[in-house]
Amino acid sequence: MKNAVRLFALLAILVMALGACTPAATPTAAPEPTKAPEVAATEAPAPTDVPVEPEGPFRVAVVMPSAINDMAFSQSIYDALVRIQEEMGGPDKFEIVYSEGMFNVDDAAAAIRDYASQGFDLVIAHGSQYGSSLQEIAPDFPETSFAWGTTVDTFGQPNIFAYEAAADQGGYVNGVLAASLTKSSTIGVVGPIETGDAKLYVDGFKAGVAATNPAITVNVNYIGSFSDVALAAEAANTHIAAGADVMTGTAQMVVGAIGKADEAGALWFGTQSNQTSLAPKIVVASQVYHWEVVLSQMIELIQAGTLGGQSFSINLENGGEVIEYNPDYAVPAEVQALAETTIKGIIDGSIKTK
Amino acid sequence: MIADFFTITVLVGILTSGIRLATPYLFAAIGETFSQRSGVLNLGVEGQMLLGAFAAFYVSYITGNLWLAVLVAIVVGALMGLIMAFVSVNLQAQQGISGIGFYLFGLGASDLLFQKLVGTVKIANSFSPVYIPVLSEIPGLGEIIFQQNVLVYVAFALVPVAWFVLNRTTLGLKIHAAGENPAAADSLGVSIAGVRYFTIILGGILSALAGASLSIAQSNVFQQGMTSGIGFIAVALVYFGGWRPWGVLGGALLFSMVNALQLWIQVKGVGIPSDIAVMMPYVLTILVLVASVSRVRGPSALTKPFEREN
Repeated sequence: MKNAVRLFALLAILVMALGACTPAATPTAAPEPTKAPEVAATEAPAPTDVPVEPEGPFRVAVVMPSAINDMAFSQSIYDALVRIQEEMGGPDKFEIVYSEGMFNVDDAAAAIRDYASQGFDLVIAHGSQYGSSLQEIAPDFPETSFAWGTTVDTFGQPNIFAYEAAADQGGYVNGVLAASLTKSSTIGVVGPIETGDAKLYVDGFKAGVAATNPAITVNVNYIGSFSDVALAAEAANTHIAAGADVMTGTAQMVVGAIGKADEAGALWFGTQSNQTSLAPKIVVASQVYHWEVVLSQMIELIQAGTLGGQSFSINLENGGEVIEYNPDYAVPAEVQALAETTIKGIIDGSIKTK
Repeated sequence: MIADFFTITVLVGILTSGIRLATPYLFAAIGETFSQRSGVLNLGVEGQMLLGAFAAFYVSYITGNLWLAVLVAIVVGALMGLIMAFVSVNLQAQQGISGIGFYLFGLGASDLLFQKLVGTVKIANSFSPVYIPVLSEIPGLGEIIFQQNVLVYVAFALVPVAWFVLNRTTLGLKIHAAGENPAAADSLGVSIAGVRYFTIILGGILSALAGASLSIAQSNVFQQGMTSGIGFIAVALVYFGGWRPWGVLGGALLFSMVNALQLWIQVKGVGIPSDIAVMMPYVLTILVLVASVSRVRGPSALTKPFEREN
C-alpha cells in the first residue's frame, strides 16, 4: 500500500508538471483546472492593478467558444487581433490575451468578469451565446469597453459594442462559384445549428447557386452540433452518396467534412477562416472574416473616449469579408470574372443576397 | 414526398451511415459493459476516447502507419485504464467523481498535446473501406455491411466475443461474481482486484479504440473535444442495453440509424425542420429507455469499492 501511495504521488506530480509546461499564463485564474485556457499571445505582463496608463499597450482580452486554431469562427477573431497587433507595432503596443474552448457559457462569463476586473481596455465576448452574461457583467465595469458578436444588439448600454458579419454576402459569392464548378449539378452543405451566422451563410450560398443555375440541387444538413467532427464527416459522406461533387459548410466541426471531401475529391468552399491549408487540393476559395476592419474602428473610438453603444458589420464593401482563393487551385478565368462581377453587384446593391 | 424519400439509394445510404456511426459507440459501450459488470462505473470514457483519438491521429499524421496508430492508441488506453483501476480499486475513490476527473484530464491533456505537437487542424492518413471478397458484391447488403473500414468490422465482431466471454467462460463468471457479490467471490479465492483491474484496463483500451475510430476511420482529422459527448452516450447505452453486449448493440444501432436517417431526411428536403430532425435520435433513445429500463437490474455491487474484511 505504501508503494501504491508513492506511485500515486508520483503521478500527481507528473500531472502537475504537465500543467506547468503550458505557455506563459496570464495572471487570471483558469476557470477549468485541467485545461490551460488563458494563454498569453505575448509575454505575460507584470500583474497590474493600476488603471492603464496612456503610454502602456492597448490591452485586449477575448473569450471564444472553440480553439484559436479551429479554422473557423474562433480563429477568425484571433487572426484579426494578431493582424492588428502587427500593424500597431507588436506586443508592446497591443497586448492580446485569450480564453479558448469556452463552450460552457458559465465558464465564459467567469472569464469575461475576470478580464474586466483586471482592467483590460477591451474585452471581447466572441459568441452570440455570451450575450445575456455580458448584459449582466457590463454595467459593473463602466470604465471597461466590451464587444460581442455576432449580433447587432448593444443592449442599449454605453460600454458595449456589437459586431456581426454579413455572412450571406460571401456565401452568395461562394454559391456562384460552386454553381459554376459543379459537374453533377448537386451541391452539399454541412451546417451546425440552423441559426445566426450559419443560417445567414447557408441561405446566402443557396441564393447564389439559384441565381447562377436554378437547375442545381443544393442539399443541406444541419448536424445539431458545433463540435461533433465525426457526425460532420458522416454528413459529408451523405452528400457524396447523394451525388454532390462540390461542398461547403460553416462552423468549426466542418473540418471533419473537409477531410471527407478531400478523400472523395469533392471541391470545398470555406467560410469564416481561410481553409486552404487544411486541404490544398480541393479548397477552391474561402470567405475570410477580417474582423480587424471593425475592431480598429472600435479601438479608435475607445481611445477617443467612446466605450460602446454602436454596432458594426463586416461585409464585402468595407473589406471585412474577403474571398480568398486557393493559389494552387486554377479557377477558370470566366468563372473568376463572374465572381468579380458578383462582388461588384453585391457592393453596389444591384444583387440582393437574402 | 415521403414516398420519394425511401428510394434504394437512400435506404442503403442510411444503413451504411448508421453502421459506421455505431462503431465508436460499440467500442466504448462494450468496454464499459465489462467494467460495469465487474462493479466499476467508468465515467472517464470520454476522456479516454479523446486521448485515444489524439494518439491515433498523431501517430498516423507523423508516420502514416495506421496499425502503429491503433497500437499506440491501445497502449494509451491501457495506461489510462491502469491509472483508473488504481484509483478505483486500490484507493477506492468515489467512482462518479474520479470518472469525471479522468474525463477532464483527457479533455485537457489531448488539447494540450494537440496544441504543442500539431498546432492546427490537419488531415492525416485514415482507414479506407475494405471490400470483403464476394460478400461486398451482394446488391445493397454488400455496400451496407461489407464495404466498411476495418475498425467497423472489429467493433461488430466484438459483440459476440464479449457475449461469449461474459456468459460462457470462467473469466466471465468471475467478472459477474465481482459485480454481484464480491465478498462471496473473494471467499472462494477470486481476486476481485485482479478481475477489476482487467475489466477497467480493457475498458480503457476499447474507449481509446473508440476514439481512434473517430480520428483515423470515421474522419481523418483531430480537433479539440471532437468526441462531443459520444463517451457519455456510450455509458448510457450500457444501461440501455441492460449490461448485455447484444442489448448494447441494439441501442447503438438504434441511436446511430436514427441519426443517419435524420441526416438523409435533411438532405432529401423532406419538410421537417432541422431542429426537430437532430433531436430524433435522442428522443427515440429516451423513449425506448423509459419503456425498457424497469425490467433489467444492474450489477448489485456497481460503484461500490471492495475492501477485504480480515
